Amino acid sequence: MRKFVKGNEAVAIGAVYAGCDTYFGYPITPASDIAHAVAEYFPQLGREHLQAECETGTINMIFGAASAGKLAMTASSGPGISLMQEGLSYLAGAQLPAVIVNVQRVGPGLGNIGPEQGDYNQAVKGGGHGNFHNIVLAPASVQEMCDLTIKAFEMAFKYRNPVVVLADAVLGQMMEFLQLPKMESPRPETSSWAVHGDADTRGNLVSSIYLDNELQERHNWMLQEKYASMEADALSESYKTGDAEIVLTGYGTCSRIARSAVDELRSQNVKAGLFHPLTLFPFPAKALNKAAKAGKLLAVELSNGQYRDDVLLHLDRKIDCDVELINRMGGNMMTVEDVVLRAREMLEARA
Amino acid sequence: MIRKAKGFYETFDRKEPGTKATHYCPGCGHGIIHKLIGEAMAELGIQDRTVFVSPVGCAAFCFHYFDCGNVAGPHGRASAVATGVSRALPGKVVISYQGDGDLGAIGFNNAFQAANRGEHFACFFVNNSIYAMTGGQMAPTTMLGQRTTTTPFGRDPVKEGYPLKVCEMLNQLDAPMFIERVSVSDTKRIMQAKKAMRKALEIQRDGKGYAFVEFLSPCPTNWRMDPVASARFVNDQMEKVFPLGNFRDRSAEPAPVANPVPRSTIEELLGKGHEGPAAKVDPGFKERRFKFSGFGGQGVLSLGLVVAEAAGASGRFVSWLPSYGPEQRGGYASCSVVVSGKEVGSPAVDSPDVLVAMSQQAAEKFAATVPAGGVVIHEASLPEPKAREGVRVMAFPAARIAAEAGTPKAANTALLVALTALDLHGLPLEKVLAALDASFAAKPALVERNRKVFQAAFDWAKNNL
Repeated sequence: MRKFVKGNEAVAIGAVYAGCDTYFGYPITPASDIAHAVAEYFPQLGREHLQAECETGTINMIFGAASAGKLAMTASSGPGISLMQEGLSYLAGAQLPAVIVNVQRVGPGLGNIGPEQGDYNQAVKGGGHGNFHNIVLAPASVQEMCDLTIKAFEMAFKYRNPVVVLADAVLGQMMEFLQLPKMESPRPETSSWAVHGDADTRGNLVSSIYLDNELQERHNWMLQEKYASMEADALSESYKTGDAEIVLTGYGTCSRIARSAVDELRSQNVKAGLFHPLTLFPFPAKALNKAAKAGKLLAVELSNGQYRDDVLLHLDRKIDCDVELINRMGGNMMTVEDVVLRAREMLEARA
Repeated sequence: MIRKAKGFYETFDRKEPGTKATHYCPGCGHGIIHKLIGEAMAELGIQDRTVFVSPVGCAAFCFHYFDCGNVAGPHGRASAVATGVSRALPGKVVISYQGDGDLGAIGFNNAFQAANRGEHFACFFVNNSIYAMTGGQMAPTTMLGQRTTTTPFGRDPVKEGYPLKVCEMLNQLDAPMFIERVSVSDTKRIMQAKKAMRKALEIQRDGKGYAFVEFLSPCPTNWRMDPVASARFVNDQMEKVFPLGNFRDRSAEPAPVANPVPRSTIEELLGKGHEGPAAKVDPGFKERRFKFSGFGGQGVLSLGLVVAEAAGASGRFVSWLPSYGPEQRGGYASCSVVVSGKEVGSPAVDSPDVLVAMSQQAAEKFAATVPAGGVVIHEASLPEPKAREGVRVMAFPAARIAAEAGTPKAANTALLVALTALDLHGLPLEKVLAALDASFAAKPALVERNRKVFQAAFDWAKNNL
């Protein structure tokens, strides 16, 4: 069964199929359609939707519901996500699973409601206080808005960690055909750590407090090992990179623009490829370095080089590869033609 | 040191293996309040179904003591966390334990809104008129003239405002079932506190809703008084500002019941959509990039949607994107539609193969973005827009056709015919018609009227194009 839906609605549909029990949200453009759909679907399915008083309320309600072992989520955008950062740190510290969808808008400050990717570092590097990481998934289509929401819950419970689904205003507002999932995801087992308000879990404690320095450090080392182990779940797509002399790279909406640019360059007999990460943390470094053998990487992003910086960070220093950037901000998007021209310039610079 | 009380762990191993000592200072009210909660939990037989949410502050370590499920959240957020727990676990007993800085300052909105929604938990609010754990700073409940580390000259109402009367504020709300202020400064008062506490937990046991108990509680350490003087301060000073008593008790009334919502299954809710196969890769199909533009209310977005739906039903890859970036300004409505034989790359259409313009502004704005070989279709009553060389510009009298066919608002449907008649979308007629009909599924009366416009436009196109 297929439906023609907005990316934001696809997130809500993904939440339904993931078995999400509780949704807490606070309105903000361009993410609000997710709450609209959830508010319609969840009560009819006997699940919980609540419009909270603010985003600090939201993220702490999620903390509570996740403590109870339930599948809990919210969706918001830039300013709202900023307000949740303390809560994300607590979720990570207490090792609680939760899904936070960020339909990125333009910043800093109030900015505007157009598409931007300026929250990359906030999502990928932690955002809140302390030595933690979110898992970050980056959908690039309406189908992935649904599928990666489901995947987000899987990974949240597998690693007991908050997961950010990092979308943007274009992905939230655009419509495409969505292939509905075949069935609801199986429910995770949580009685070893969650508090269900029953005899089995009466002895459990959900907390991020370790007054003893040694215990806290041990806890932090354990978290770092957990983050390192996530590498096995890194996901990416490499498109026509096999023989490429230049590889464009970007996530989300930018991967779509870059993909069109690759097709256009190929039609001009330029050997171009696309490296498109689906997980931003864990970053698919191995696949990136394989694609980097092209010798030229062009980062395509709607931010000030935050993604490009991560590409540089993960690039194997032994590989001889130029990395350049084409970016727009403010709610503007580069055209396919802009990217094609930039890629050609990069190739011509070699000659 | 607390004598082993009911509802507590035998030893407080989370604090230190084997210890029976609490971390509270001598004369502190928390220990007494803890004991009351533990006893009430045990006597009501609810430990197996209780989740206790600790605050941040002196009581951050409640989970050292209470033998039930425990959650420790951020400073000020216990009411929000308790909301999450109780919504996730209906029918369970949830307790939120909060201090005066936690509940009255940073977390006041969360506490107040939870009370206003009548969340199903008991909120125990410990008012000792000071931030204790962080070093004796002013709390919202600090008394006028009271010296703290951040009001070294005494709290001045002109600068720092007045002590916050939380019970009185919550009593303005409709939802709470129970609100009472008690004190733990002496035995007589502790007996009353015990009754109120028990009532609040009974309300949870019976699933009746929100219960709030404020405890006036001494803090000898930060008040810099001995326990006797501290108790006297509570009785003589605090009670004047925070009078004891019950503000509300609706525990005898039945629990309020939410309005019923129709129940459904995932299949019933989401199962309706397009049957048939997903889009197939077809290298022979030329990708078509459309821009539909006009001003709000002309049905420009719906026109794009009908084309997109028809394309999807025809097994094509398709994307639809409403106006983005600078196009959102200046009174335009527009959408980009890409119909393709392969996965769609950029959903943004900067150089449309086909531009449909329903307003002069839109025509002027976008006509020059159409590259050679492209087509501009504009409403015939508008002046012809300037286009690049090699672009076919076509005036289509959509408004007139729609008006003559009896539905002036359906000019967008007439334009759909222009695309069909010129085969600009490469989609079968029956899929286009089905998508047009489906777009009016919510207003069946419009299906026939739009069909009529479609037919009139079709006839016009046959004779004139």
